[in-house]
Amino acid sequence: MSKRIEVNDLDVYYGSFKAVEGVSVEIEPRSVTAFIGPSGCGKSTVLRTLNRMHEVIAGAWVDGEVLLDGANLYGPGVDPVNVRRQIGMVFQRPNPFPTMSIRENVLAGVLLNNRRMSRSDQDDLVERSLRGANLWNEVKDRLNIPGSGLSGGQQQRLCIARAIAVSPDVLLMDEPCSALDPISTLAIEDLIEELKQEYTIVIVTHNMQQASRVSDKTAFFNIAGTGKPGKLIEFGETTKMFSNPSVQATEDYVSGRFG
Amino acid sequence: MTTTTTAPRRETSNPLTAGQLPAWGPWALLGVAVLIGAAVSGLVAGASGTDFSIVSTVVIGYVIYLVAITVVSQLIEGGRKATDRLVTGVVVGAFALALVPLVSLIVTVVINGAARFDMTFFTWTMRNIVGEGGGVLHAIIGTLLVTLWAAIISVPVGIFTAIYLVEYGKGALSKAITFFVDVMTGIPSIVAGLFAYALFALFAGEGVRSGFGGAVALSLLMIPTVVRSTEEMLKLVPNDLREASLALGVPKWLTIAKVVLPTALAGIVTGVTLAIARVIGETAPLLIIAGFTTNMNYNVFDGRMMTLPVFAYNQYVSPGVQEQAYFDRAWTAALVLILIVMVLNVAARLIAHFFAPKAGR
Repeated sequence: MSKRIEVNDLDVYYGSFKAVEGVSVEIEPRSVTAFIGPSGCGKSTVLRTLNRMHEVIAGAWVDGEVLLDGANLYGPGVDPVNVRRQIGMVFQRPNPFPTMSIRENVLAGVLLNNRRMSRSDQDDLVERSLRGANLWNEVKDRLNIPGSGLSGGQQQRLCIARAIAVSPDVLLMDEPCSALDPISTLAIEDLIEELKQEYTIVIVTHNMQQASRVSDKTAFFNIAGTGKPGKLIEFGETTKMFSNPSVQATEDYVSGRFG
Repeated sequence: MTTTTTAPRRETSNPLTAGQLPAWGPWALLGVAVLIGAAVSGLVAGASGTDFSIVSTVVIGYVIYLVAITVVSQLIEGGRKATDRLVTGVVVGAFALALVPLVSLIVTVVINGAARFDMTFFTWTMRNIVGEGGGVLHAIIGTLLVTLWAAIISVPVGIFTAIYLVEYGKGALSKAITFFVDVMTGIPSIVAGLFAYALFALFAGEGVRSGFGGAVALSLLMIPTVVRSTEEMLKLVPNDLREASLALGVPKWLTIAKVVLPTALAGIVTGVTLAIARVIGETAPLLIIAGFTTNMNYNVFDGRMMTLPVFAYNQYVSPGVQEQAYFDRAWTAALVLILIVMVLNVAARLIAHFFAPKAGR
């Protein structure tokens, strides 16, 4: 299962401050879309609006629409909890639940929602998710130790396993490798390549090489200056964005002339 | 190779080393300083015909030590080390000074309380006891019941208030609650007792006395402490965890119940135990609303109920003919109270230890 996301003329606010202005992108199912741009340009903010995590911050709100297979996430009567069950998220810093074991962390989506599930189904789900996150072989003998006892890269893959265990349609990743070493980064990038077969993936990254390695399409965000809203400058095929962008600012950024 | 590289090092002095006092240096100085202090005190005592004073020995010795160590260190080690030695001396002195009343209190209570620390004391009440003998079983039970009820009232109220303030509250209401919780922290305990008395007098008429009334009075003192400590603990839970849970499609209330509270559990338990320790020794409100009695009373909702602090107070203010028996009982009651608080603290430590999130490998 994998769904299409369409963002139409989205403005994102923190209180009265307009953080991002006029974003319109179309994200195809079973593809990887990368958001790149300098710090503070609003790429993480836009990512968080895609599963309504933006409004968790006090005073944050959006104007515009985000369509998931045609259904507006911000339509009247939409329960953000239902949205988040279909659109999973992996954060910048690995954040396994410290009170839970590895196994419980993977099952968190089930256990925390008080859903009943037989022991054997749980075992299947744990193995499937951990295999999906390329972590099974490393932890299969110690599923009952606390998740916080793993290394940073393993913790991040545990968080990915936790996110895919609830079988979302879309997976959002907010700089998933920025706290990791090159080896763990490679493991996660390989994983993204595999997950692409089943999920729509949107990834925010500061690392342009990473964007060019893993993504099919790239969106470049930029900001005119402090206090001004961030804007989507260009959106297109990754190969074109990195070789022959149509906007000068994109070329300056991807070639390292600024940012 | 080894010989050629180490040989020159022995001959030329290491430019990074500086003069240094030997490890025994400060101790020797301290010993000499105290001896001088003792000599001065002895001379003064001999000249004026008063007793030899340990206090003046320590004070004079301490001051001499501070001056001496600073000067010696300045000469041998230089200015930075001298300052370090001086400040170390001042900090240790302040620490020792703070310990004096604490140690003195514990020693006094243990020495005086040991006299009646026997089986009779823990198995008897004061019913029909005049003079020697008797025990505090009724007061121990009373203290435990009143405190238990106070905890039953204030722990849920306090924790839910803290959850509201941290997870939901914004705007005027939450500011007002924070303000009034701060005000409540400053309520004199006697006022809490009078409030409980006035409240229960409305229903049961003048002269009402009950253990539950005492629990209500204590809960007024306990709620702000529980709110404050729980609030701090909930704020310590990383926002990452809340977001991780919400992003899995977990509703907010389940996120709070199953992620935030378990993560903060150890701290909350410690906070609640400290709040209990804070109110278990309250005397004034219980004197008004729980009253005192010599009989056992298991029913918190009816009749006077003795508690340990009130017992100690009562024995001390109105001793009978055999004064010493009453004073002994008061001291032992105080000792028992301290022991109960200590057991509570140890229990809180253990609970915190076993519930704390582990980072084992």
